[in-house]
Amino acid sequence: MSVLVNKHSRIIVQGFTGNEGTFHATQMIEYGTNVVGGVTPGKGGQKHLDKPVFNTVADAVSNEGADTSIIFVPPAFAPDAIMEAAEAGIKLVVAITEGIPVQDMVKVKAYLDAHHTRMIGPNCPGIITPGEAKVGIMPGFIHKPGRIGVVSRSGTLTYEAVDQLTKLGIGQSTCIGIGGDPIIGTTTMEAVQLLMEDPDTDGIIMIGEIGGNMEADAAKWVKAHGTKPVVGFIAGQTAPKGRTMGHAGAIIGGTADTAEAKMKILSENNVHVVVSPADIGKRMAELLSLI
Amino acid sequence: MNLHEYQGKDLLASYGVAIQRGIVASTLEEAIEAYKKLKEETGTDYCVVKAQIHAGGRGKGGGVKLCKNVDELKTHAGNIIGMMLKTPQTPGGMEGPGKLVSKVLIAEDSYAPDFSACKEFYISILMDRESKRNVIIYSTEGGMNIEEVAEKTPHLVHKEFIDPVLGLQAFQSRKIAFNLGLSGKSFKEMTVFITSLYKAYLGSDASLFEINPALKTGDDRIVAVDSKVRLDDNALFRHPELAILRDTTEEDPTEVEAKESDLNYIKLDGNVGCMVNGAGLAMATMDLIKQSGGSPANFLDVGGTADAQRVEKGFRIILKDDNVKAILVNIFGGIVRGDRVAQGIIDAYKNIGDIRVPIIVRLQGTNAEKAKSLIDASGLKVHSAVQFKEAADLVKQVLK
Repeated sequence: MSVLVNKHSRIIVQGFTGNEGTFHATQMIEYGTNVVGGVTPGKGGQKHLDKPVFNTVADAVSNEGADTSIIFVPPAFAPDAIMEAAEAGIKLVVAITEGIPVQDMVKVKAYLDAHHTRMIGPNCPGIITPGEAKVGIMPGFIHKPGRIGVVSRSGTLTYEAVDQLTKLGIGQSTCIGIGGDPIIGTTTMEAVQLLMEDPDTDGIIMIGEIGGNMEADAAKWVKAHGTKPVVGFIAGQTAPKGRTMGHAGAIIGGTADTAEAKMKILSENNVHVVVSPADIGKRMAELLSLI
Repeated sequence: MNLHEYQGKDLLASYGVAIQRGIVASTLEEAIEAYKKLKEETGTDYCVVKAQIHAGGRGKGGGVKLCKNVDELKTHAGNIIGMMLKTPQTPGGMEGPGKLVSKVLIAEDSYAPDFSACKEFYISILMDRESKRNVIIYSTEGGMNIEEVAEKTPHLVHKEFIDPVLGLQAFQSRKIAFNLGLSGKSFKEMTVFITSLYKAYLGSDASLFEINPALKTGDDRIVAVDSKVRLDDNALFRHPELAILRDTTEEDPTEVEAKESDLNYIKLDGNVGCMVNGAGLAMATMDLIKQSGGSPANFLDVGGTADAQRVEKGFRIILKDDNVKAILVNIFGGIVRGDRVAQGIIDAYKNIGDIRVPIIVRLQGTNAEKAKSLIDASGLKVHSAVQFKEAADLVKQVLK
């Protein structure tokens, strides 16, 4: 088993025929992901990458039984695409798009809460269950099926952590890139909770960064409910206050959301904190041999 | 993106928010002109000269002065225009070099004629990440540092969360006005003030509005005496009229140049430059530099397409900083192939010609080994690494 996506997921691509959508859908299909079609308004009825194209998400749901959607739609139109997916009954929306205005996300988040749709992202690399489904833009080959879950706000730093695990012979159950924006669909805590409850996950890597209090919330949850080892890393120990470090959400607002403060809270709540990003995989390996 | 006080006030006024009247000036002559014009409107000799820079605490460094007549205006405006203004918020604080003041706002004295009849409030609007809603934060303790107020007297700082679907409701504006202890005319004025302010906040896609102080005047009007406005960069595409207000002289020139090339660069004061793809990995790389005994000279995310052109631009930008003693390139090739990036680095290196600092390149992911052998065979003075730890050790080694 795994969480959120697996080989049975019926996945559609919104923004299917665009450059990004085409490129990444191709990679997803090559990985063996069950892509059942895509949506590009006005191109319904065509075939693209040997898959049906629909005008609306609702059409994709009724014709192909789609339950998961990945969004490659530019920022100005992505909020609309996310809401369309929710309205059509899609259970999981993975929004890759970077640069969506935050006020749009305030509305989208409220809309999703009323529609029982889970969102991963936006501004994220997506989600992968190695060997089963790649619903994202991450390089598939660095992953290896296994029993460690990864939760991260970052893209390439997640790849780094996964790569460290794989090189140590440690496979992954599901890797969730939750996204780097101030408002995201699934928080660190929610993602950790999913993996903690997954019988096929033995340990969790939690990669956070400066800004907000998601990691602290997750750590407190781990202390109260955790049953598996969690390794934590917080990026941005050298980041200056008040500057946005690439990700819109990576900005130190006060004293509680610095890397230092977060690492302290994590340590106090049974999370195994590594100070060096080079030690993420190693620490998990050490913990696994203790189990 | 931050706005100047005068730009923020113009924005507020366009949504019907009452503001302290003022006219912006760049020279002493313009300041005198502005003073005369303002005097006609207000009918008083009093005015305030306010330095226009992107930093708070301007009064502490002498950037805000009350003038009782035209002679005082000439003295103060003359002093402030062109000064290097130090405030607790300018780089380096009161010990730093300060920021050049190139514009002043000649504003009415909203406290006249009866200072004691006035009352200052604090009002801000921002997006609360925890509740994922906009929130209006307000306090009777205006004109002060709100963080201090929140720490010492948390019961004096109130929050009103706004429903994302329905927006600000009338009862909420009333509640705010009541909690601020207002009644009669000023109560009504405050509800209008709050309603207009929230409209302006949403309408401009702001990420922060801070009005400190919002003033109840002697004649019971509510006016914004100061404005701090931060706009959401991601939303500027639908506000071209606001996007042009960006004052690049307030930003680091190298950062502005990087932005023009679509590179995400932030200058820091360390000695090891770095070039990375992805923001999280970039921060982690900076952390690793620190742990290796160096100190990061910058944050630089070159993004997903680390081709020769972008890599070259990245090198050129990092090398503008004389403090840089070494450069660490850390690219995780996912979609981008490591050997292509390696070739890009070699080409960029040769194009620039005269790189005097050691470069450590760590290419991981797709074709990592091939990338390393390309770098190793290039004959350039570039150290290559595959593992993250190796890169850190090399940083340590070259800094010795």
